[in-house]
Order: sequence, then C-alpha cells, then structure tokens
Amino acid sequence: MEPAESLKKHTNTMNKNDHNVSNEEVEKFSNLADKWWDPHGPFRPLHQINPVRLMYIRSNLCLHFNLNPQNMSPLLNLSILDIGCGGGLIAEPLAKMGANVTAIDASEKNINAAQIHSINSGLNINYKSVTAESLVDKGIKFDVVLALETIEHVKDLASFIKICSLLIKPNGAVFFSTLNRTPKSWVLGIIAAEYVLGWLPRGTHDWKKFVKPSELVSLMKQEQMNPSDISGLSYNPLTNDWSKTNNLSVNYILFGEKIIK
Amino acid sequence: MNKRFDVVICGGGLVGLTLGVALGQYGVETAIIDSIPLDNYLSKEFDGRASSIALGSKNLLDTIGVWSNIKSQAQPILQIRVSDGNSPFFLHYDHLDVGDDPLGWMVENRSLRQSLLQKIKEYPNIKQYVPISVKSVDFRNNFVIFNLSNGDKIESSLAVAADGRNSFMRQQAAIKVTEIPYKQTGIVCTVKHEYSHQGIAHERFLPSGPFAILPLANNCSSIVWTEKNSIAPKILNLKPQDFMNELRERFGNFLGRIDLVGSRWSYPLSLCHANNYVSRRLALIGDAAHSIHPIAGQGFNLGIRDCAILAEFIVENCRLGLDLGNDELLKKYQSYRRFDSVMMIAVTHGLNHLFSNHSGALQVVRGMGLSAVNQAPPIKRFFMRHAMGLVGDLPRLVRGEQI
Repeated sequence: MEPAESLKKHTNTMNKNDHNVSNEEVEKFSNLADKWWDPHGPFRPLHQINPVRLMYIRSNLCLHFNLNPQNMSPLLNLSILDIGCGGGLIAEPLAKMGANVTAIDASEKNINAAQIHSINSGLNINYKSVTAESLVDKGIKFDVVLALETIEHVKDLASFIKICSLLIKPNGAVFFSTLNRTPKSWVLGIIAAEYVLGWLPRGTHDWKKFVKPSELVSLMKQEQMNPSDISGLSYNPLTNDWSKTNNLSVNYILFGEKIIK
Repeated sequence: MNKRFDVVICGGGLVGLTLGVALGQYGVETAIIDSIPLDNYLSKEFDGRASSIALGSKNLLDTIGVWSNIKSQAQPILQIRVSDGNSPFFLHYDHLDVGDDPLGWMVENRSLRQSLLQKIKEYPNIKQYVPISVKSVDFRNNFVIFNLSNGDKIESSLAVAADGRNSFMRQQAAIKVTEIPYKQTGIVCTVKHEYSHQGIAHERFLPSGPFAILPLANNCSSIVWTEKNSIAPKILNLKPQDFMNELRERFGNFLGRIDLVGSRWSYPLSLCHANNYVSRRLALIGDAAHSIHPIAGQGFNLGIRDCAILAEFIVENCRLGLDLGNDELLKKYQSYRRFDSVMMIAVTHGLNHLFSNHSGALQVVRGMGLSAVNQAPPIKRFFMRHAMGLVGDLPRLVRGEQI
C-alpha cells in the first residue's frame, strides 16, 4: 500500500473506536486546533510551560546522547517521535534544534494546523494523523519518544506505555509529562485552571485519569524503560513563570532510558 | 520567498553593532540595516565623541572579542574629580576605593566603530544591509516584514530598533516617548596637552552646565562642554583663536598648554525616554529606548547593558528552538532594563538640574551633598558601582561570562 493510502486508511478508521484514543478527546481538541499558536489563546498555559519543558528535554538528551546544549542545533539528526503533538508547540522547537521530528496526533485538524504553521516557519516536520499503534505495526523506531500532556487522555495507559517502549531504539530515551492524581492537582489542575482562572476550557481534563508517578514508573519498568529522573513543573503566580522543582504533586515530567536488550 | 532572519537590527551605530557582534558570535542569523555608508562612519569628520566604557561594558566587549582591538586606544580612568564652580568642596572618586580595576575607560567612538565593524565581518551569519533604509515595516502575528529601499523584502521573528533618539522603528510601532529638552547643547572637541592627565577625569559644574575633561590615550583629552542653547552657536562659530581662549578659561592651566586636535562638534541635549521598550515583535535598545544627558558618561553603557540582556535572552531562546519574538522574552527584557535606565535617568537629570544654575543657596546645599557623599564610603561605593555597571542582577556578558 502507498504511504498516502495507508495514511488515508488510518484517518478514515479513526472514528471507529478500534484503537487507543477516545473519541470525545479527539473532538475536544479539534475545535481548538486553529488556536494552538496564539500565545494568549486557550493554549496559553502550554506556551508558558514550554520553555521549562524544552529545557528539561534538551538537557537530558544532551547528557544522554553526549551532545552540546550550547550548540544552535544541539539535537542534530536525532530522530524524535512526538505523540499527541497538538499544534506542534514542542515539535517545532525540536526541529529548530536540529532533530528529525515525526509528530503524530489523533486529531486531523490538529495535524493540519500544525502542518500549515510549520511550513510557514520554514520547517520540515513529518506530521501524520495516525496512531502510535500504526507506527509499531510498520516497525519504525526512534531515538527519542515523547508523550507530553498526553497520557492523561489515553484510554488504556498500560498498553500505551507498551507501545511507546516498542517505538524506542535500544538505548533510546523517553519523556512523559502529565498531572499527578492528588487532592492538590484536583484543586489546581481542574478547579483553578478550568473553573477559576479559565486557563483551560472546562472539561479538558478528567482528574480520575491523572497518573501517579509510582504508577507510571512501574508501568515503564514492566516495559524495559528505566526512569532516570522525575521533576515537578511548578507555576509561580508571583513571577508568572514555570520552573523545574522537586514538587511532583501537580505537574511533573519524567525522563527514562530504554534498557538495551 | 523573502529572505528570513532570526533577528533584524535596524541601525548600525555603536549599540546596534555591539548586539550584532554578540549575536554573530553565538550563531544567530541576523541582519543589520543602516542608511549611512560604512565609509562615512569611519571618516574623521563623522563623530568626534568619545565614550566612557564602564567595567561591565568592558567585560562585555571582551567577551564578544572586540576589546583586544580597542585596548591600545582605551585610556583607563583612575580617578574622577567632581567640583562645583569655585566652591571649595569637591567629590573625589579613586578606583582604589573599589578594587584594582579602573573606574572605566575612555575610547573614541571612531575606534569602537572600527573594531566592531571589523569583528562583524568574521561572522557569516550576520548580513549587513548598507547603505539601505527601511521603507516600511509590518509587524505581523508570526513575523515581521521589512520593505527595504533597495527593493528587497526581508523577514524576521524579532525586530530590534537601534536607530537612535529619533527611531523610525519606534514611530512605526507607535511607541510614545517622554521628552524633556535641556535647552543645552553639548560642544565636543579633543585637545592635546602639555602635561599628563594621569588618568584623571574632571567634571566641573559651571552655571551654564557641566564641563567635563575626559582623559584619552596619547595624552589627549575629550572635552564635553555643555552650554545654553542661546550661547552655544556663538561659541561654535568663534574663530579658532577665540574658541581656544573661551575653552582655556574653563579648562584652566593645570595641564599646561592645550591645543585643539580635529574639529568641533555639537549635539543638542534632551532627555528622551520611550514609554515602552517593547511592542509586538519589537525591542528598543540604546538611544531608541533612552537617550540621556551625557553628564555622567552613561549613555553608551546603558545601551551595552540593553545588548547584554537582550543577547542573552535571544541566544537562550534560539538554542531551545523557541520563537524569538515571543511576548515573554520581550516582557522580561523590558522589566530587566527599565529599572536600570530610569535610575540612571533620575541621577543624570537630577544632577544636571541641581548644578546648572547660579543659586547661591543651592551651591551651599550642593557642597554639603558632595562632601557628605565623599565622607560616606558605602554610599559613595554604591554610586561608583552603579556607574561601573556592576549593580543589580547582571547579564552574563556583563559579568564577563559566555552565554
């Protein structure tokens, strides 16, 4: 089958509920796809958290792959898969840092928005509206797999983590970021962010699907991934800044290495 | 497709070039646009001024690799003597009070410009558009488009206005300014003298305005002679002999015989402060953001500190693949720079007002103020360190560190 056809097939079957993406989730973000790149728009929190996430990713990748973070293209030639790329807020900076980025999202609208933006930015990113499973089927593997603010939206976390592991080359790296399932994350992540501050549209997150670090770590270990670092990402309302902290109670990010077998 | 840059700097004066060299060193794709031909910039008749380089500014110039060329032409300032007319009080700053480094250096603008232009040629990622002007500019959501006088169209993520006090870019972005004319003109010339200046700078507060004798290399001094607007043209039009007589009257004879070297220049003095340093995809640096009274020799130093922090933010964002025109970067730049500039404006504006008059009562107060500062080492050291560019949360280049 031609790649284009295979892509089309995936898109057509997307609504048939036969893979690991829930339909309500896809709809929610599709309506917002055009607004991804507006720093004052509905994705403002992601724009604000982006620098600290990128710094975390870059510094861990530079240590892991022995690269120079002071280079203008520190991630040159690393192959990276961004799962749940949304409008490309992470994919574009990674491409600018020199990586060969494949970015996938279950929502075709997101992919269209992301693609248009990346072309306007003069970047070459391989955007596909396909599922992670389909890449496993094709036997493609990457140096790095990212699933940022994604795992709290998947139906079956255990099988998603397994898929991620299958997509990483031996000695490759993985990043997950999500919200912890704590009373504090319910207050800040749902009540404050969606209802009081209006940072996110109501219903963006389901607290019950938030993931405890211990749960994530044990799933990773089952799938031959070794967690090397977990850090909190905390918002300081006084400076209006996000920073890396040791506090995992709300937002956190995790870096892991694929065990060589 | 239009040629695309990370940063376009409008204005290739000292501050614009400094930022250009800094960005060049770190591999940021940059264009510098200036309407003046390079040959004019380097001609002896273009700019007769000299700039004081504070320690922090010297650190930056060193880190971006231009100080080694300037060094031989830079005169260290070892002491500063401030006096008020004929009052017996004077304020004395000695570099030994704050350490081994000089209080600053005096360098002719021509030498600075030459070294910066020479350095910039080493960077293939810096494209100079000269003599070319910006005909129009369009600040879009995702980038800025420049229509140039040669017909080219170029784009960038971030525009930097380094185009001086009457900034075209600032006007295009509709940023308003607060302007206070001083009704004073700065007369500038260079003299050679019989005796050595020993690295001492003199600042005399005369009723018509401050009169500064600033030590240059090769036993010359740069004169910055502030005069009321009503009198300045008459002085500038005096015959050489008469001009020298007027100059000697103010200069005194403590350095022996003095002779004029080169031309006389004059610059209208005013305070001009932009109400905002940033707008959509635009940052103002140097005189485009703040042009101040030359009384404390701090104008260029403020501009250098603008470059230092802006370069740091640009390079950090570039290495993370982030959009250089993002609001967070611009807001941070403004909040970092405004406090320092406003402090310096308050000091220079206040000094000029306090001293540029005849009031006998004020002279007594001034004398007491000068001697009070002189006798309170912590206060004196703070003033000195601010003037040396060493106060506050310093950008890495000002600390002499790489980004």
